Amino acid sequence: MRLELLAVAAALACFSGGLAAQQAPIGVGSKNFTEGYVLAEIMAQTLESHGFEVEREFGFAGTLVAFEALRAGEIDLYAEYSGTITQAILQTDTELDGPALAAALAPLGLETLEPFGFDNTYAIAVTPTLARGLDLARISDLRAHPALRFGLSHEFRDRADGWPGLKLAYSLPHESSGLEHGLAYQALLEDEIDVTDAYSTDGDLIRYDLRLLEDDLDYFPAYLAMPLARQDLDPRARAALASLAGSIDEAQMRALNAEVVVNRRTFADVAAQFLGERGFAVDEPRARSRLQERLLANVIVHLKLTSIAVLAATLIGLAVALAVYRSPTVSKAVLYTAGLLQTVPSIALLALLIPIAGVGQVPAIIALFLYSLLPIVRNTITALITIDPLLRRVAVALGLTQAQRLRAVYLPLALPHVLAGIRIAAVVSIGTATLAAFIGAGGLGEPIVTGLALNDTGLILQGAIPAAALAIVVELVFEALERWLVPPHLLTRQAVS
Amino acid sequence: MAEIIELQDVGKRYGETDVLSGLSVSVRADVVTAIVGASGSGKSTFLQIVNGLIRPERGRVVVFGEPLPKQNLFETRRRIGYAVQSTALFPHLSIVRNMSLVAQVEGWDRERIRARALELMALMDLEPGLGERYPHELSGGQQQRAGICRAMFLKPEILLLDEPFSGVDTLTKGEIHRRLAALLAVEPTTVLLVTHDIGEALMVAADLIILRGGRVEQCGAVTDVLAAPASRYVEALLGQGHAA
Repeated sequence: MRLELLAVAAALACFSGGLAAQQAPIGVGSKNFTEGYVLAEIMAQTLESHGFEVEREFGFAGTLVAFEALRAGEIDLYAEYSGTITQAILQTDTELDGPALAAALAPLGLETLEPFGFDNTYAIAVTPTLARGLDLARISDLRAHPALRFGLSHEFRDRADGWPGLKLAYSLPHESSGLEHGLAYQALLEDEIDVTDAYSTDGDLIRYDLRLLEDDLDYFPAYLAMPLARQDLDPRARAALASLAGSIDEAQMRALNAEVVVNRRTFADVAAQFLGERGFAVDEPRARSRLQERLLANVIVHLKLTSIAVLAATLIGLAVALAVYRSPTVSKAVLYTAGLLQTVPSIALLALLIPIAGVGQVPAIIALFLYSLLPIVRNTITALITIDPLLRRVAVALGLTQAQRLRAVYLPLALPHVLAGIRIAAVVSIGTATLAAFIGAGGLGEPIVTGLALNDTGLILQGAIPAAALAIVVELVFEALERWLVPPHLLTRQAVS
Repeated sequence: MAEIIELQDVGKRYGETDVLSGLSVSVRADVVTAIVGASGSGKSTFLQIVNGLIRPERGRVVVFGEPLPKQNLFETRRRIGYAVQSTALFPHLSIVRNMSLVAQVEGWDRERIRARALELMALMDLEPGLGERYPHELSGGQQQRAGICRAMFLKPEILLLDEPFSGVDTLTKGEIHRRLAALLAVEPTTVLLVTHDIGEALMVAADLIILRGGRVEQCGAVTDVLAAPASRYVEALLGQGHAA
């Protein structure tokens, strides 16, 4: 069996390798939680071992973002669950199986591939001590213990197929409190709560040695994991992924997740080992990118996002400020609008941009651009309208035209404030750009988003420290720029004010 | 004797207040004319009407023998020097760049700018080394003189001085007066000097325009006005000058 697989894989690799070389890379996406990353990496490496070039766009913030990325063609596939597809994407209550699901997805230009072979459904978890003490084995057993404290993830509490339905189906008398899923297990161990929701393949179940209660009323819908792909996905890629069908059961998925969260191995590592055991020749160097390379790549993307956004905001912000500063009413309206944009939380703005600009770097740049406008426009307008009226009068009286006055007098006088505005925009953008990883824009937010998903401080710091360092470097660069462009006596006045 | 500036029945109001009400006066070319009067008599407004900074609601303003144009005023303004109280030198430019701002715009080459700057600075007794300094590095008196150099840079046919010496002490003021006189001896031009200091007016000017409530109270050669004050107001004003 194994030899056969090897032979097929090798043949496929030879066959597709030559052809796939000229093709556009296949975009593999993932949502930002451990299993999503692991499955994405397994799919990516499988495709690579068949000679495809793969672009990894991991860490989308939730179903909506990943789905939009798929529809927009930013990615070609990602791992999704049957229950999520029917409930969150198709928004229907009926559980759809094979043909019905395919029929529902077809109008969207999407289709599911063969399931991986495990069901990652919701489950109810307790500590072994509690399970033993109260003799808990099934969810129905909870009914007899109304004093138990339920600490549930926010999403589970909100979903119709989560807590509200569960409470009804099992007639549970308990009240529940909401908390971050990442903190729930810790809370269980520290005896802050007694019961929490879990995913049946969660690697943390192994780490914390938790017991899952049997869903004896068969309440939870199936969450069969499967690749969700665009219909225009290369048929040979589809064939390559077919080798993964039915290849992972629940225990194995739990073990793979645990390798990441418990043993702190990289997704690429875990995926490579899994595929290696199944006889795929995995291209080692491609599977494991080195820390420095990843860091450099992230820094470059981060700088690209912020510099394009801030540059555009500088050009347009200056143009707008110059166009309106002579009219106090229009200036006020412009500043008000820019200020309003500033109050939209960054994550919300990014989400709002998805239907318009899709996901990836474009909406991220648009969002950073919008945030950068206010400090630049405000500082420029303020600087221009606060120029000493006597200096203005003299500039006019000397016989300078409007354009000459701007160039030779007003803009140089406003320059320290304008530079300060650009500097604020740049530094804030570097910070905000880390959030852009939630919509697949990459950059230094990527390790942060992944680290948050894994509760891995080291990984978070891999993004946070370079981002902070970058902000400091930008500060220093602007300081040097100011010293170079602005006469020192105007600079000190600026520093004092 | 050509009349280079002529105002006919000029009126200007700010809100409810008439600043100039039917002002008619003409100015002789190539002499210093001082405009005197109490605060609010319309002195500074008069000056700014001449270079078009302020537009009157009614009346006729003739400069260089032509009605003041409505468009492309900058061409006319480059023929009119303007220096104000507290110098208003641009803080981001060196003294020479302050002086030569319009010359640069007009495309003068560096040598020509340098030569003209040195010439003016010598006449106004400013050391050549000061040219590269920023305004704040100069004393008050030096800044005043640099302001006059800027106003005179393009050899204007009219020089408007809006109380340019009000901020400096009497001793420095006397020195600046002497320097200005020396400069005007070499480069004669029509000077309109607004001042609230009648003593300064009598010392520097050949002609006087005395304003009161936006009208001309009396005008003419200093000697004529001194010999025959037209009213008690003029008499009182001149008395201040003698007392000072």
